Amino acid sequence: MPVKEIAGVQVEVDDEGFMTNPDQWTKEIAAELAKEEGIEELTDGHWKVIEFMRKDFKEKGTVPTIRRINKVGGVPTKELYTLFPNGPAKKAAKIAGLSKPQGCV
Amino acid sequence: MDNKEYEPIKKVSIVISKGSLDGVYPGLIMANGARMEGIEATVFFTFFGLEAIMKKRAKKLKVATVGNPAMHMPSLIGILPGMSAFATHMMKKEMEKLDIPPVDEFIEMIKDAGAELYACKATVEMFHLTKDDFLPQVDDIINVGTFFEKSAGAQIIFT
Repeated sequence: MPVKEIAGVQVEVDDEGFMTNPDQWTKEIAAELAKEEGIEELTDGHWKVIEFMRKDFKEKGTVPTIRRINKVGGVPTKELYTLFPNGPAKKAAKIAGLSKPQGCV
Repeated sequence: MDNKEYEPIKKVSIVISKGSLDGVYPGLIMANGARMEGIEATVFFTFFGLEAIMKKRAKKLKVATVGNPAMHMPSLIGILPGMSAFATHMMKKEMEKLDIPPVDEFIEMIKDAGAELYACKATVEMFHLTKDDFLPQVDDIINVGTFFEKSAGAQIIFT
């Protein structure tokens, strides 16, 4: 399991840079990962998604789909694509310290 | 181990020409999947594919149980009243479990994700329809020439 230093912390990641251990995540790590994904600064809108995804992952054991982030998380699809352009499900999951979403939706 | 580096796909143009539940979903899932990967997507509905974007029909798409060898059911049984509705109901239940939205909701999601949706002019005229018959997410009614113009630089996927 490759290890990468992000925001001064040694973190386990997979080959694509997704964290393999969600418990190693911190908000500073999120900010660093966001910069890597082209998001200069995380706004309240971003944090709402990140926090929902982490909470949902803890409860359900799987990374939520965009539809779940809409319905249960209360974030509309349009907003998701504005906050995390070009691949919201993958980008948000990476920044939130979760694994790459595996579903088709 | 293959070390070739391929150019990522930048744009797809998906044609949906069938009107059954199983005929419509592959195109919708690919359009949504493309947007999730940051790939531009245009969806062109033609012939019975128009059913997926019609206000009155989008919620009523069914699975065929007659003449459909993949149903693992003899057509003589599939013909019985209620069989198609039952098979459709079961399929919808399974899709809901996987968080796959129903057709009209999926169309909304795909549009919100930034895809463009068009209806085929020839079919629209053949079926005597107008823009009013379609879901609000449909951008326009266009002919095949315009479809090709809009598909410039795209991989065209016919379903």
